[in-house]
Amino acid sequence: MQSKLSRREALAGGCALILAPAAASPLWAMSKAEATDLVDKLVADINKVVASGKSDAKMFADFERIFGTYADVKTIARYGLGVDGRRASKSQMRAFTKGFQGYIARKYGKQFKDFVGGEIKVKSTRKVKSFFEVKATAHLKGKAPVEIAFLVSDKSGKDLFFNLFVEGVNMLLAERTEIGAMLDRRRGNLDKMIADLLKAG
Amino acid sequence: MFKNLYPVLLATVLSVGAAFGLSGCAAPSNPTVASSDDPYEAQNRKVHAFNRQLDKEIVRPVSKTYVAVVPPEGQIVVSNFADNLALPSSIVNNLLQGNIQGAGQNTLRFVVNSTLGLAGMFDPSSDFGLIEDSSDFGETLHVWNAPQGAYLELPVLGPSSQRAAVGTVVDFITNPLGNISNSHYRKYSRTAQVAAALGKRSQYGSTIDAVLYDSADSYSQSRLFYLQNRNFTLGGTDETEYDDAYFDPYEDIYAE
Repeated sequence: MQSKLSRREALAGGCALILAPAAASPLWAMSKAEATDLVDKLVADINKVVASGKSDAKMFADFERIFGTYADVKTIARYGLGVDGRRASKSQMRAFTKGFQGYIARKYGKQFKDFVGGEIKVKSTRKVKSFFEVKATAHLKGKAPVEIAFLVSDKSGKDLFFNLFVEGVNMLLAERTEIGAMLDRRRGNLDKMIADLLKAG
Repeated sequence: MFKNLYPVLLATVLSVGAAFGLSGCAAPSNPTVASSDDPYEAQNRKVHAFNRQLDKEIVRPVSKTYVAVVPPEGQIVVSNFADNLALPSSIVNNLLQGNIQGAGQNTLRFVVNSTLGLAGMFDPSSDFGLIEDSSDFGETLHVWNAPQGAYLELPVLGPSSQRAAVGTVVDFITNPLGNISNSHYRKYSRTAQVAAALGKRSQYGSTIDAVLYDSADSYSQSRLFYLQNRNFTLGGTDETEYDDAYFDPYEDIYAE
C-alpha cells in the first residue's frame, strides 16, 4: 500500500524543515554590537552590586547569579577540569559545574569588592578568530586602573563570555592550574576535590 | 638555605649573556616561558616557601599597620616620592630601547614633579596628562631580543625570570641616582621605597592573599600570574603576540 502525503502534511513538513535550523541553532552570527552589549550589561550589573554595599554573603550570591547569566559556565568549568573531565561521570560533572560556579563567584567577587568607589567602563571591541574581545577598564579610587578583557562567543547557542583576562592573567588557564592542584592534593579523587571546591574561593 | 641559588644566578647571568651575544643576528621573536618550562622548580619552591613565610609574618601585618596608621594622603605622597625616584632609571631604559617618546615624557615628568611637585611628593604631571611610562632593564633586554629564560623566584623580591633578574641587578648598579652619596638622601629614599612597597602590598591585598593563601598550590599560581602579567606588560600594543593566548575552548576543550 502506498502512502501518499496529503497536501497539508507536505506543507507542514516543508515548513518544519525550514524552521528547524532556526530553532536549533543561532541562524545569525553574533555581531560586534551584540558582544559589546553583553559586556555593557554585565559590567553594569557588577557595578551595581559593588556599589550596593551589601554583606559579603549577599554580594557573592549576586555575583553567582551574574556569572550564571552572562558566562558560559559549562564550558569554563569543563576547561578548568581539563583532561580529568574525560573520566568524570555525568553526575560528577554536574556537581563539579555547580560547585565551580559558586567558587568563581566567591573568588572573583572578593576582587570585584575592591572596586568599591570605582567603576568599570567598556572601552573597545574587536573580532579575534571566531569570537569577540571586549576590553574594559576598571577605574579605581587612588589606584592604577585595571585592564580587563572579556572574550564573548555565541557558540554555546547564546551570547556569553567564556574567558576573561585581568591585567593579562587568563582566567581559564589560572583555573585549570588551580583545579589541577586541588585534584593533586586529593590524589586525583574527583568527589573529594568537588567537596573541597564548595569551601574554596 | 639559599646556597643553591648562587649557581642558578650565575647560570642565569651566563646564559642570558650568551643568548644575548648570539641574538644580535637572530630573527626577532617574542620568547615566552611556558609554565612547564621550570628547570629550577625545586629550588624556586624553597624560595617561595621562604617568601610566603616572610609575607605572612612580617610584610602583610606591617603593611596593614602602615595603611591603618598613615592617612591616605600621606601614603600618596610617599608613593609619589618613591615613583619619582625611579624615573631616571626608567628614562635610561626608555633611551636604550629607542623609545624617544617615553624618554621625553618621563624626563618632563621628572622635571615637573621634582620642582612644582616639591621634590616629587606631589604629581602635577598626571594632571597635565603626562603619564609615567615605566621601564626596567629586563624590558630593555626583551626589546633587544634576549630570551626570557627560565622562571625564577628570588628571595624577598619574588617572582622573576632569568632575564628579569639580570635586569634587576643591572638597574640596581646603574641607577643614575644611586651614586648620590648624601646620607640624608639615601635614608629618605630607602625609607620611601620600603613604605611605598608596603602600600602596594595593601593595595593589591586581596589578589595577593588569594594567590598566596587561598590557592591549592600558591607556587604555581604565583608563577602563572607573574609570567602572564609580565607578558602583558611587555606586549604593550603588540596585538599579534596577545592573540596567541586567545585559544578557543570551543575548538578543543582539552587543548594544552
